Amino acid sequence: MKPFVDPPVIPVDGRPEHPDNLPLSIHDLTVAYHRKPVIWDIELNIPEGKLVGVVGPNGAGKSTLLKACLDLVPKTSGEVKIYGESYKKQRSLIGYVPQRESVDWDFPVSALDVVAMGTYRKIGWFKWVGKAQKKLAREALERVGIGHLGDRQISQLSGGQQQRVFLARALAQDAKVYFMDEPFAAVDAATEQAIVALLKELNKAGKTCLVVHHDLATVKRYFDWLVLLNMRVVASGPTAEIFTKDNLQKTYGGKLSLLDDVAEALRHVGR
Amino acid sequence: MNWTIDDTWIVIIGAMCAVACALPGCFLVLRRMSMMGDAISHAVLPGLAAGFLLTGSRASLVMFIGAGVVGVLTAVFTQWVSKFGKVDRGAAMGIVFTTLFAIGLIMIRQAADDVDLDAGCVLYGAIELTILEQPVRIGAFAIPPAALMIGSVLIANLLIIMLLFKEFRISSFDPALATTVGINANLMHYLLMTMVAITTVAAFEAVGSIIVIAMLIVPPATAFLLTHRLSVMLVFSVVIGVISSILGHMGALSVPLLFGLKGTVTSGMMAAVAGGLFFLAWILGPEGLLTTRVRGNREIEKPGSVPAGETG
Repeated sequence: MKPFVDPPVIPVDGRPEHPDNLPLSIHDLTVAYHRKPVIWDIELNIPEGKLVGVVGPNGAGKSTLLKACLDLVPKTSGEVKIYGESYKKQRSLIGYVPQRESVDWDFPVSALDVVAMGTYRKIGWFKWVGKAQKKLAREALERVGIGHLGDRQISQLSGGQQQRVFLARALAQDAKVYFMDEPFAAVDAATEQAIVALLKELNKAGKTCLVVHHDLATVKRYFDWLVLLNMRVVASGPTAEIFTKDNLQKTYGGKLSLLDDVAEALRHVGR
Repeated sequence: MNWTIDDTWIVIIGAMCAVACALPGCFLVLRRMSMMGDAISHAVLPGLAAGFLLTGSRASLVMFIGAGVVGVLTAVFTQWVSKFGKVDRGAAMGIVFTTLFAIGLIMIRQAADDVDLDAGCVLYGAIELTILEQPVRIGAFAIPPAALMIGSVLIANLLIIMLLFKEFRISSFDPALATTVGINANLMHYLLMTMVAITTVAAFEAVGSIIVIAMLIVPPATAFLLTHRLSVMLVFSVVIGVISSILGHMGALSVPLLFGLKGTVTSGMMAAVAGGLFFLAWILGPEGLLTTRVRGNREIEKPGSVPAGETG
């Protein structure tokens, strides 16, 4: 395997950025499972209002990076700052869309119940979900185009509808920074378009979205900022500058060239 | 059948046990950790025994604290064993609770001379004996101490579930999200484990450590088959628990006589009735075997009724 190349330094629009103004600033982050590092030496600054794609091969640590930002996995070293403060202090600014498979869809709750969970922080302990929160949840469901499915039990929804429920829940959280773990995984075309429209809408409203993504074909169209990850940050910056063959080779390393080999081999066989 | 005031008390105590168990039991079933109830109900034994040995009496606060502590320890140990021992959670549970249960049994055998408690009672309980104890007088009422004990635990469980309904719901459904909105999912997990441990101890004397699992799991599992709403599931599991108690005791009084046998144990019959109700729900429930057969394939067309373009 080739040695890792240090990430190129990309100036952010030429002006000096103070980490306090950044929605996400990661310094020297390493996460290990069973003493085996999954991601290490992560240095990352994400400017405000960007639609950020987090891209890399399987096992590159994309989900782990998100979870480490949200204190869902313990950090071995390093720190993560959200607008210059620790995650614990900034929780109210953050919306999270976990992977769809991370929950049990047979759970006896309706789509509306799940979306209302996004408002629990504001409700506070011991109180029940009120009319105002239900109204908010209904509006969020309408924004993702499934307002009529609010009373359905979640197992009676299709995969794409379930993903939209998760997005509606993030909307109900009314956050400034969104972390989304593979929202496009195994959804139908209609849902993919709905998610893209929603991301653009959030982007227009000045929110920052970090989206784990694995379809290289759509990266350029969906995201204006890109983080290429393979256990370390290979490159980070505006998609137009970062999304190059050279960088992708570095990110996907052996795997991309392996595909080339397979293609080459197939060509020979075909002859 | 010759019904007396004692029979009424037996049914009340049985029903309160079933309801107190069903409330936390619903969340055990939904978290797919039903066997954690099994593990805890067995593992609290050393805590109970230590309580007996220290105070020489049952129904003491020390006993509850001991059992509560051991209950939480079971959950913690299971976590550790599965994490560091690199075995799955089921195996970790098996290791932890059998060890603790064995220690508890040894303690009880050793103390058998001092304390009136035998292993059989530990396993099956003796709901019929609980009413023989000197009743506690509150105003005009004479209440058996067992009813008082399980009653207070029932009220505590009810209050906790009502106050923390949405916290339990979110931390059971999506612990990661719960944590990101500031509801500590770990804390909720251990709170639930503590509730299970304390409920088990309170129900222990009446229904024993094996039947208590039936009370924790079977009514909630039955209710789960009947509804898609969490609140309704809680209510159904409570109703099913109460029905099991009434029919269980009536069954215990009458059924064996039909075969010319002596009366049997109420707690066992309660569990049998609960099992029977589960079977009925499984066959006749809204998504039961028979129901879907009769309804045929009509339901399958349902997703198509959603306007085109909005499916997905």
